[in-house]
Amino acid sequence: MNKSQVITKDHKTRNRRFNTAYLFIGPYAIIFLIFVVLLILISFLLSFAYYDGVNMPRFIGLTNYVTLFTQDLDFMQSALPNTIKYALIVGPVGYMLAFFLAWVLAQLPRRFRNVAAIILYSPSLTGSVLISVVWKAMFSGDSRGYINYLLLSWGIVNEPLQFLQDKTTIFIIMVFVGLWSSMGIGFLAMLSGILNTNREIYEAAYVDGMKNRFQEIIYITIPSMRPQMMFGAVMAIVSTFNSAGLASALTGASPTPQLAGWLISDHMQDYAFSRMEMGYASSLSVVLLMLVLVFYFVANHLFKSDD
Amino acid sequence: MRRTTESENKKLHKVKKKMEAKERRRKRPSYFGAMIDPKGFHPSQIKFYLILLPVLVFTILPILFIVSHAFKPIEELYAYPPKFFASRISFDNFRALVNATSQTDIPFGRYLFNSIIVSILVIIISLLLSSLAAFAFTYLNFKGKKFLYAANQLAIMFIAIAVAVPRFMMITYLGIANTYLAHIIPLIAMPVGVFLLKQFMEQIPKELNEAAIIDGATKWQVYWHVTLPMVKPALATVAILAFQIVWNNTETSALYIVDEALKTLPYYFGTLTLATNSIAAQGIQAASSLIIFLPNLILFIILQKQVMNTMAHSGIK
Repeated sequence: MNKSQVITKDHKTRNRRFNTAYLFIGPYAIIFLIFVVLLILISFLLSFAYYDGVNMPRFIGLTNYVTLFTQDLDFMQSALPNTIKYALIVGPVGYMLAFFLAWVLAQLPRRFRNVAAIILYSPSLTGSVLISVVWKAMFSGDSRGYINYLLLSWGIVNEPLQFLQDKTTIFIIMVFVGLWSSMGIGFLAMLSGILNTNREIYEAAYVDGMKNRFQEIIYITIPSMRPQMMFGAVMAIVSTFNSAGLASALTGASPTPQLAGWLISDHMQDYAFSRMEMGYASSLSVVLLMLVLVFYFVANHLFKSDD
Repeated sequence: MRRTTESENKKLHKVKKKMEAKERRRKRPSYFGAMIDPKGFHPSQIKFYLILLPVLVFTILPILFIVSHAFKPIEELYAYPPKFFASRISFDNFRALVNATSQTDIPFGRYLFNSIIVSILVIIISLLLSSLAAFAFTYLNFKGKKFLYAANQLAIMFIAIAVAVPRFMMITYLGIANTYLAHIIPLIAMPVGVFLLKQFMEQIPKELNEAAIIDGATKWQVYWHVTLPMVKPALATVAILAFQIVWNNTETSALYIVDEALKTLPYYFGTLTLATNSIAAQGIQAASSLIIFLPNLILFIILQKQVMNTMAHSGIK
């Protein structure tokens, strides 16, 4: 087909029979609808069923949810509180840290800023599970663990601390690893946002009596990069809730001893693929998606309300 | 612009700098804060360096640890007191990593090959799909556009882990379980990619497209010859994100692939490293983490400028 044929064909089709736009959007729309939208719908439907992965799903009403909230102690006492705690700490703290570091970087010359941005961004490139295996070497519970060795040789403790045996310390280490890897693309977006704010607004504000950098951040920087702030918040939420298997990687056991650091996503995968109770696992994933939405609406409210 | 000789230029520059400095001194009490993206060093920056330095050290230390651990000879892994840096470079850990496969009969190269082929295909297909979709969202009209875009916006929040079960059902239902397609198809719809590309396309002056259409170009030609070259930074960013997702992915191999010969590198590393708790395994773990991490880092460093360019348009409005 030569060029002129293509053009005439296109011109003919544009207004009459077929809209070429469908060829553009079609391939993406099909995959998107099947592997994102439909999957969420199926997940929702399955949460009302008993399904073992082999036989046909059987409708059982709200039984999964009733079990979830009244009988599943592992969920109510470990997975749910752990997930909320983890999300409430790593989400907002990681997010504020990302903004703060982006802001600090923006105050420094370009060359240094680029190198520092690469360093800060690099942990989020690591598969957090693979890397947490290396954090394990740091926190190992014998005198060979690096932290323990330092504490012993400085005389702070007399015998090695069992970091990876205790529920609380495992959780703290998880938060640590989570924060360490929280400078993702949200951080890069906020950095660009700050660098692209209009200088003249700052000058005008200083003429109008703005006094310091803190006021500058509150009254100018954040309002003028609200879209990037929102993007950063969304990315922070996604990456926080997407983490599974961190505690298992740290302790080398699944489920973890005393369900330390056990998250809803871990609980869900355990039910889905170890116990083959996929209906029940789906009700867990619905709860997880609801939690994500709650966080999303809070963030949305914070950053969109006043424009 | 007027062409100036070098010495003239220098002089001008000096004078300008002097004036700027004077200006700054004059304004310091009131107008001092907005020093975003400064051109050089200024004493007021010292406090920022002081804040950043410990953060940078803390961030990079585990990565340096991985690097040094990966190159430690076995006997040094057992050394007491433990050493942070290797005293001599050895490739023992990497050799162990490659040789360990003999137990499973699948050579290391096979996993590597699978990872590479799957990653390349996912990057190419997802770039194509998301740029076509972004083009349609930006320039074309079709039924259901608003609904689809709203769904896409919400799906940026999509947590892949949460739909592991229906994904399993869908892959089985479509009959692509245990094939390369199971690696590829679920990952090629990237709502974030469509979103970033659309944000970027909206910044292109409309006149450019119009000029091309007046010259007789079809939509496809506009897409390929006008739009795509203009959104290269966004394409680079989406490629990085896609690579990160597919290269680090272990779930597909763990859940939807039975045939060992079709599994990918990070999954294989996971089975090696999670199974053992011994100290010798630490070196292997570090080596495998490094192999997974490095391609990500190198790609990001190469494309960093493009990424930052894209991120400037990344806001959800």
